[in-house]
Amino acid sequence: MGMKIGEKQFKERVGDGLQDDFMRSAVSSAQERLRARRLHAAQELGHWEEWRSLGEEIRKHTLDHLDYYLEMLSDNVAKRGGHVFFAKTSEEANEYIQNIVKRKEAKKIVKSKSMVTEEISMNEGLESIGCEVIETDLGEYILQLDEHDPPSHIVAPALHKNKEQIREVFKEKLSYLKSEKPEELALHAREMLRKEFLKADIGITGCNFAIAESGSIGLVTNEGNARLVSSIPKTQITVMGMERIVPTFEEFEVLVSLLTRSAVGQRLTSYVTALTGARSEGDVDGPEEFHLVIVDNGRSNILGTEFQSVLQCIRCAACINVCPVYRHVGGHSYGSIYPGPIGAVLSPLLGGYDDYKELPYASTLCAACTEACPVKIPLHELLHKHREVIVEREGRAPISEKMAMKVFGLGASTPKLYNLGGKVAKSALSPFTTDDKISKGPGPLKAWTNIREFPAPNKERFRDWFQARKGENK
Amino acid sequence: MKVSIFATCLVDMFQTEVGKATVELLERLGCELDFPITQVCCGQPAYNSGYVKEAREAMKNMIRTFERAQYVVTPSGSCATMFRDYPHVFKNDSEWREKAESLAAKTYELTQFIVEVLGVEDVGAKLRGKATYHTSCHMTRLLKVGDAPFKLLQHVEGLEVEPLVNSHNCCGFGGTFAVKMGDISERMVDEKVNHIDESEVDYLIGGDCGCLMNIGGRIERRGKEIKVLHIAEVLNSH
Repeated sequence: MGMKIGEKQFKERVGDGLQDDFMRSAVSSAQERLRARRLHAAQELGHWEEWRSLGEEIRKHTLDHLDYYLEMLSDNVAKRGGHVFFAKTSEEANEYIQNIVKRKEAKKIVKSKSMVTEEISMNEGLESIGCEVIETDLGEYILQLDEHDPPSHIVAPALHKNKEQIREVFKEKLSYLKSEKPEELALHAREMLRKEFLKADIGITGCNFAIAESGSIGLVTNEGNARLVSSIPKTQITVMGMERIVPTFEEFEVLVSLLTRSAVGQRLTSYVTALTGARSEGDVDGPEEFHLVIVDNGRSNILGTEFQSVLQCIRCAACINVCPVYRHVGGHSYGSIYPGPIGAVLSPLLGGYDDYKELPYASTLCAACTEACPVKIPLHELLHKHREVIVEREGRAPISEKMAMKVFGLGASTPKLYNLGGKVAKSALSPFTTDDKISKGPGPLKAWTNIREFPAPNKERFRDWFQARKGENK
Repeated sequence: MKVSIFATCLVDMFQTEVGKATVELLERLGCELDFPITQVCCGQPAYNSGYVKEAREAMKNMIRTFERAQYVVTPSGSCATMFRDYPHVFKNDSEWREKAESLAAKTYELTQFIVEVLGVEDVGAKLRGKATYHTSCHMTRLLKVGDAPFKLLQHVEGLEVEPLVNSHNCCGFGGTFAVKMGDISERMVDEKVNHIDESEVDYLIGGDCGCLMNIGGRIERRGKEIKVLHIAEVLNSH
């Protein structure tokens, strides 16, 4: 699957989303719940703006010295007997992971939630060499059972499904006979998954933050599945995006505080885990072999550009949870496993404009995302920056729009021309005007008047009124 | 106090009444007004669509237009935000950067100017009825004008202001977004209109003509009996 979801064009995807009333109602109620919880958690902690500034500072510092911290991380993982592999591309990452699997003659793999493994299509690759890969995060497990339905949200991947739909999936795929109560559904999933954990040859985890000073992998979960994934199988592989790193445990603490509050409004998730290397002498559990795969896959191309701040992202989805566009179109409309504002910025950078050039325009630039981001990524400014690049550097804007903007530029910088244009606008639009409004507008106005009235230009422009009044008062 | 009015192109072309109300209100509050005649548009339609080169030409015209102004006041949160953002647009332009900074520093949105600069919260307005207020995105999130409109509205005699459900969500205007992404915009504005309708008010009040044209145009198309007013009109009614 990779980062890209399906082959449909943007318009068709959005059309599907807008038609799906059930999904839209699930998304809007989830947004309201998650937003309220985040605001409550931030208020309870206090000094939220200072926390955000600290988070931003940590992320910026780490990105500015990424080579230094990656080397430190790599050295410290190696010191504890772990193996580190830097993958420039998704192909390199998959080849390395598959080689481990072949060497171990592994048949069954359990994994915890990881967006970067989705991005590199790791599961498909492993399945193609005859492995069974089992997602153990409940949301991901549901989607995997449902014929690999793609995630629609980076924290709650099955956000677009309700409990009745999940019950249907369980019934069909797992012969589940009980009710749609979340507790019963979750219990059933736990029973099924427990057997898989015990039989798995390899465990694969993602990584919320790697801690450079100790070579540890920091994981944040509510289900505890990452702990089973990393403690039962004899071999553990962790896959991380190359920017998901912090210098020390001190910064880890700050970012976890921001992450759990921003993502789900929790002071802490049920499990915060730091795994350091393979099992050493005296340890009662943990893998015998540990591999860390650090994935670039286009990230280093973003470093040093005007888009660098997007790499500050800690994948909390706060921006997604407040986005008024995501609210109505849902995650799949973005055509990427990274939806919402962060996806609309990141997907074109990682996947290119050919597939994702519409995404930066799927925003009103309302800045709700920027306001919500716990590490102060100026998301709406980055969306705007994409538009600038698409128009001015890539030359991808439609001709009609280019012409219109040229006229705008000329009119708006030449007052006399604007003055003249303003005077003729009224008569030019008069054939379309009834009762001081336009209900069926021509040209670009049509898209406006398809759904709303457009006012007719004033009989007397404000400037004429002002000038006339000034004359009278003299 | 000398104030230069920046009417905005929407007010100039489509909403003369909002401009008139702004002028009468500020004069009543003791301001001496002028309208620099070479003003056109802040450049936002081009800028937000990615046409920065074209936008900069419009912006330079505005910088020249208001060069001598003491205060620049506009009945639009969004256009005021654009002026305040000029220094960012010209940050690498040694010729225009300082001029852009000077314009940004003296620009105020109307309610912000009345409350923060004039120090007035009760403008002596009267309007009977129930209203709700649309907090536009650029005004609240980027210009950070949140309380000023509510402070002014709570002193309007006879007016009851109801809270609006999900007021933080954008109305779906977004400039060219409203036509480029018409289908999405429709769902957004419909949700906004539904919440306004559920609040059972006589008036929808706002501080941005763009949002009001969007919401008002949809209200009218759906045949709802809700009158749409710019806050300048409310504060000027007596």
